[in-house]
Amino acid sequence: MTLAEYAEKHGLKRVGARSPFVEYIKDSWNRRVFAATLAAYNNEAADARNRLGRWWVVLLPTIQAATYGLIFGVILGAHARPANFIAFLFSGVFLFNFMNGCFQGGSNSITGNSGLIKSLSFPRVLLPISAVIREVLNFWPPLVLMVLAMLFTREWPKWSWLLVPVVLVLMAFFSMGLGMIAARLNSQFRDLGKVIPFMTRIIFYVSGVFFALDKVLGSQPLIFAIFKFNPFYDFIQLSRSLMMSEFVATRELWLQCIGWAIVMPIIGFIYFWKAEEQYGRDD
Amino acid sequence: MAATTKKSKSKIDDSRDPIVIVDGIDIVYRVFTSGKLANRRNIGNKKMERKLKIREVHAVKNVSFTVYRGETVGIIGTNGSGKSSLLRAIAGLTQVQNGAIYAAARPVLLGVGAVLLPNLSGEKNIILGGLAMGFSKQAMHDNTDSITEFAGLEDFIDLPMRTYSSGMSARLRFAIATSRNHDILIIDEALSVGDQQFRKRSEARMREMREKAGTVFLVSHSLDSILDTCSRVIWLEKGVLLMDGDPKTVCAAYNDYTGPKPAAK
Repeated sequence: MTLAEYAEKHGLKRVGARSPFVEYIKDSWNRRVFAATLAAYNNEAADARNRLGRWWVVLLPTIQAATYGLIFGVILGAHARPANFIAFLFSGVFLFNFMNGCFQGGSNSITGNSGLIKSLSFPRVLLPISAVIREVLNFWPPLVLMVLAMLFTREWPKWSWLLVPVVLVLMAFFSMGLGMIAARLNSQFRDLGKVIPFMTRIIFYVSGVFFALDKVLGSQPLIFAIFKFNPFYDFIQLSRSLMMSEFVATRELWLQCIGWAIVMPIIGFIYFWKAEEQYGRDD
Repeated sequence: MAATTKKSKSKIDDSRDPIVIVDGIDIVYRVFTSGKLANRRNIGNKKMERKLKIREVHAVKNVSFTVYRGETVGIIGTNGSGKSSLLRAIAGLTQVQNGAIYAAARPVLLGVGAVLLPNLSGEKNIILGGLAMGFSKQAMHDNTDSITEFAGLEDFIDLPMRTYSSGMSARLRFAIATSRNHDILIIDEALSVGDQQFRKRSEARMREMREKAGTVFLVSHSLDSILDTCSRVIWLEKGVLLMDGDPKTVCAAYNDYTGPKPAAK
């Protein structure tokens, strides 16, 4: 009898082997409170050393929108600018920031929590999920600012505003998948951390955050079609079309957003789970 | 238990209940080296110094042993002998090159320096640690006081963990980890920074765990505490398993090896 057979006979399992998929999902679900609590505590601790503390959650998006407003609204020309620019810009910047925050938070969730990973065993997928929960918890100030920008520019409330939370939920699910993929990639190829800022920049510029895609690309239907496939654009555009009278929520947009919100978390979860054994190793 | 020498194959004793089986493992690190190995030949050779290459470090070499239910295993050896690498592999945190490690439950490693969440207070670290181990939030709120008390940190529990001394954070981590009964607990010098009072308390808790049929691995340079708590000792030297057996025999041999020094009292 070899040692391996001996181990099997007594029901011993190989150490570090990842648990089967269904068991892994169950484990993660059972510890969901951990992910939520970690997000809340991290939020509390994040600004504890700043003088203004939690006010930064409100201040930061305001400063950001003001900066972009100054550059794209005042300094740059007006040819690509849609009619209601302030509402357009605020919604674009805040929604993009949410998805970007999930992506960045997810990509740092494994590399930045090595102390936790090395001391305690739990399904690691809870870390990128916790990063997304954190973004959700921090999203209320931008959301309020977005609504204020709408009212300020005389976009009056309509029934379709009630659908915006639905889009936000879809967006959170999409971002969760994105965060899981980013988490695994960044933990395995540290070099990626250098490139991620450029990737987010590029996505920022092609997602129609501060200019109307159709006004710039209207003459090139093929490129416009490719750009419209970009999920970041889809989510931003769908939210805008629910709130602003200038845009229409097409069936195509809805289907694309729902598709992204279903496909992305599934791909992300499987992709993350496949490398479960490797997280937290420092060789 | 008779001490076995390094060459003999780990014997299979089917009548006992194995908890951890280490089956011929090798651990090899590939590390980017900057600079060079200093030896007499290449000192002052600028070309050699600038080379950046990958060096293989063979930290653990073909180690096999079987640990049975209720044993407390001490691991000794000089610095850099592969003790921590072996323990990290048992905990599943380091990949093994050859061989495999089997365990009856997921081993929990308590190491030096691993801070949980440095910016959160001790109390929040307790709650998060418990939630991660699968406790409910209600249970953690009930347990927080007893964990704090065991760690002896009542006065500091509301401070962020980054402000703790290494001894304080080791006490807290030990208290969190042992608040739940683990089948396999691995302690890598984590207690060496604790004071005398805490060492006594933690040794008592380890004995308690062993009585509840848990298995404890303990790395320590204090032979006294190994002799006090362990029922078996493994001696690693340069990655090779030199001796495995009765604590007194192995510690005596280790004492001879490390040269003349005051004998353990």
